[in-house]
Amino acid sequence: MNTTPHNGLVILASFMVAYLLTMLPLPDWLGLLRPYWVAMVLMYWCMALPHRVGVGIGWLSGLFLDVVYNALLGQHALGLALLAYFTVTLHQRVRVFPLWQQSLTIYVLCLIYAALVLWVKGMTGHPPASLFWYLIPTFTTALCWPPVFLLMRRIRRGFHVA
Amino acid sequence: MILAVVSIVLMTLDHRYQATDNLRSFLNGVAYPLRTITDLPNELGDMASTTFVSRSTLQEQNQTLQVQNELLKAKLQKYTALEAENTQLRKLLKSVQENQNQLNRAIVAEILSTDLDPFRRQVVLSKGSDDDVYVGQPIISAEGVMGQVIQVSAFSSIAMLITDPSHALPVQVNRNGVRAIATGEPHKNQLRLLHQPNNTDIVVGDELVTSGLGCVFPAGYPVGKVIDVNINPSLPFAQITVETSALLDRHRQVLLVWPDSKRLGGKSGCANLLSKDQHK
Repeated sequence: MNTTPHNGLVILASFMVAYLLTMLPLPDWLGLLRPYWVAMVLMYWCMALPHRVGVGIGWLSGLFLDVVYNALLGQHALGLALLAYFTVTLHQRVRVFPLWQQSLTIYVLCLIYAALVLWVKGMTGHPPASLFWYLIPTFTTALCWPPVFLLMRRIRRGFHVA
Repeated sequence: MILAVVSIVLMTLDHRYQATDNLRSFLNGVAYPLRTITDLPNELGDMASTTFVSRSTLQEQNQTLQVQNELLKAKLQKYTALEAENTQLRKLLKSVQENQNQLNRAIVAEILSTDLDPFRRQVVLSKGSDDDVYVGQPIISAEGVMGQVIQVSAFSSIAMLITDPSHALPVQVNRNGVRAIATGEPHKNQLRLLHQPNNTDIVVGDELVTSGLGCVFPAGYPVGKVIDVNINPSLPFAQITVETSALLDRHRQVLLVWPDSKRLGGKSGCANLLSKDQHK
């Protein structure tokens, strides 16, 4: 699988950066706008390299995200695994979309992910106080997608990750 | 979709039986370096501000601290005298209840500046089971109660602040001893008193302290001040809002305290509760 020694590390490093951005301390109002960095990186790799990054990696990254959020173990794992599944299923179509159309797809996928996590939260008795603020990150994720996509593509080509 | 089933099983285990504590604390250990990295800019800022400080500022600071220290010492003397007197009076009354305000031990822990779920009020502390931190340990600041530890891994722990929506704190009004439960109101960084009847004797400006019931927090620590009492006859309970006395969003350092468990245990049912906890 590893044709060059460093390409797997690039994927790992991109996830690490996503986790760092997730944990980065921000003021309260800005924290509510924080996009789903990990989901974004996961979707990128699922789209670019569906044979390497898929449901399994999605699940593991979600499990770690649960720990990072100190949420119920498994809720983001379930959400990201499903997200990875959808992305891998759609990757051939989405890959050729123009960027704005990709953003739109990403928005819908994030909405599914957010709804799933919300559902689990509601069932375990931690519903967020406001649905509007809860769904705001799906917008910001879609808005951040074009620059992140371009950056990640540059990185992937620069490091020859295949 | 085996993974979906695994996640659901995991969620159930975690939610109902707390069976995944080991896995979680292991993964928390993995997350610790990342948390340290996100804390780094803040740490560097702190270091810079302590390293590059002028001599006159230091001298000034030293002087104010000395004055403050003297004042605190003087106050402490009075406190010791009062405590002795209190013990004596209790002896006279043959009361079994002991003064349980003394703390066995306390350490300073730093709040790592990393964000968790924005809809909860939780913080990561820089001390873990290596320093004997335990689940349910109270954390306080100079101004009052801040929260309690809910999860411990080797080098760090996660604490829930009293403003978290799922935190409930047994409190008492200083003026007349009315007891209540205060729960968090995270969006306003305030507390709310639950289930107080409309004719309750709580007014704006009342000071609240911990009541020591519930066996987690030692009694008598300041919690906050009542800032709003809204009595609406159409609602079953009075709506009472409390402002916390601890500045929850402004502290970098908190105090982890070990309440004297023997003293806590000496009081009514706490002994049973505590020993049961330790078995778990």
